Amino acid sequence: MGTRDCNHICDESSPGIGEAGKTGEWRTHLPVIDDKKCTASKLNKPTCFLCWLYCPEAVMTKGIPPSIDLEYCKGCGICAQVCPVQAITMIAEEKI
Amino acid sequence: MAIQRKSNMLIIDGNQAAAIAAKMSRVQVVAAYPITPQTPLTEQLSQFVEQGELKAEYVAVESEHSAMAVCTSASIVGARAFTATSSHGLAYMHEMLHWAAGARLPIVLACVNRAIGAPWNVLNDQQDSISQRDTGWIQIYCRNNQEIIDTIIQAYRIAEQVHVPVMVCYDGYILSHTEMPVDVPEQADVDRYLPSYKPHTTLDPANPKNYNLVTLANPRIGVDGKLCHGYMELRYLLQEALQNSRETILQAGREFNGIFGRDYERMFWEDRNDDAEITIVAMGSLAMEAIVAADMLREEGIKVGVLGLRVFRPFPKSDVVQALRKSKLIVVFDKNISYGSEGATCSEIKSALYGTYINASIRNFIVGLGGRDIKARELVEATKKAIASLKETVINPDYPEWICQI
Repeated sequence: MGTRDCNHICDESSPGIGEAGKTGEWRTHLPVIDDKKCTASKLNKPTCFLCWLYCPEAVMTKGIPPSIDLEYCKGCGICAQVCPVQAITMIAEEKI
Repeated sequence: MAIQRKSNMLIIDGNQAAAIAAKMSRVQVVAAYPITPQTPLTEQLSQFVEQGELKAEYVAVESEHSAMAVCTSASIVGARAFTATSSHGLAYMHEMLHWAAGARLPIVLACVNRAIGAPWNVLNDQQDSISQRDTGWIQIYCRNNQEIIDTIIQAYRIAEQVHVPVMVCYDGYILSHTEMPVDVPEQADVDRYLPSYKPHTTLDPANPKNYNLVTLANPRIGVDGKLCHGYMELRYLLQEALQNSRETILQAGREFNGIFGRDYERMFWEDRNDDAEITIVAMGSLAMEAIVAADMLREEGIKVGVLGLRVFRPFPKSDVVQALRKSKLIVVFDKNISYGSEGATCSEIKSALYGTYINASIRNFIVGLGGRDIKARELVEATKKAIASLKETVINPDYPEWICQI
């Protein structure tokens, strides 16, 4: 069975999670959140969430503590860059 | 019984013919940037819109790249879109030409053929459209102003059936600025011939879709569980659409004949090729000049026929083989050059004949670049030179000859 059965003649898809595949496989650096430093975790309040706001892949949750969907996180490191209290560290995958 | 048709003969130039054709095709969006020698065409269209004769959105853009971007956007939301350009404008549009074809949008573009710099030159040759050969567009060349009006109307029929954009090419000045009698169709007949555009994609906020996003090499399963094309499958489908478009092109020509009484059921034009030992091949208005040359050669008893290329993409390989089956010598005149190789149409002819039983000698002449005048007498001399060259060798030379004063 080939791809013709999808009946598209140009690239067409419905928006949804994982539309571009398991992009977590692209990651070379893993973001690790230190809950002791994270503002939302420390205050136990739904606050800050700059990591959630800036994550281009929408893999960060607005939870307490925030969590990351590693199946799709590409490891771009934007969350670590924008975190005002440096609670997120990028660790090389091979060191894990 | 002969069908009675009203004739509405006007004396118009090629650009006016193209503008009337776009208007009669009821285009809904026109986005174009003026460039010599296409300018009067866009001026005419903007006037039609301004005067309320054409109910279309005329988008005045800042470049040809934007013109094609507007056309692709308009086409993907379901509007019939038209643009026109020449030379550097077409080159500037290059990236978006790929996009229009890749997104399978039935846009029609009138390319008023003009030479390309450096050095600056505003006159005619076909280097501009030939340089866009591999963008995935259907390319049809016109020999006169009647063919311009008829071909643009047919182009929408073809494009919207096979979902491939069509470039209608006609020679700058030789056609664009030269007045000749043109039988202008009745609007009611055009409406009968050309149904309204039904897009294959619809952007609708109520049913969001992604179109032409990052598409990886391999097929993947979409969120709805369906296996979707990878990049390569989409490229295959575009090639397949062009490969299979021949029948649609012929049918569009056949049905055009049924309504308007002018026969376009053909991929190219032939003149006295049935008994010809020598065939002259030329594309666009040069094919008309070649007929005059053939007249002169026939008067001297040389059996010459003419093959005037019309559809350049898809290239009609088997039809060309059939038409050239009796030719012993094929003389190809190109108003373009693929540097380091030869004229583009000569390469196509050679490629079509390879592996067939036809073993004709082929001679290629580069002519008319940058508006250099081509006289029928020069085509006659070149053809005689080609005949004489057979005494030396029947093998095809590596490179073309140029008709110039170097």
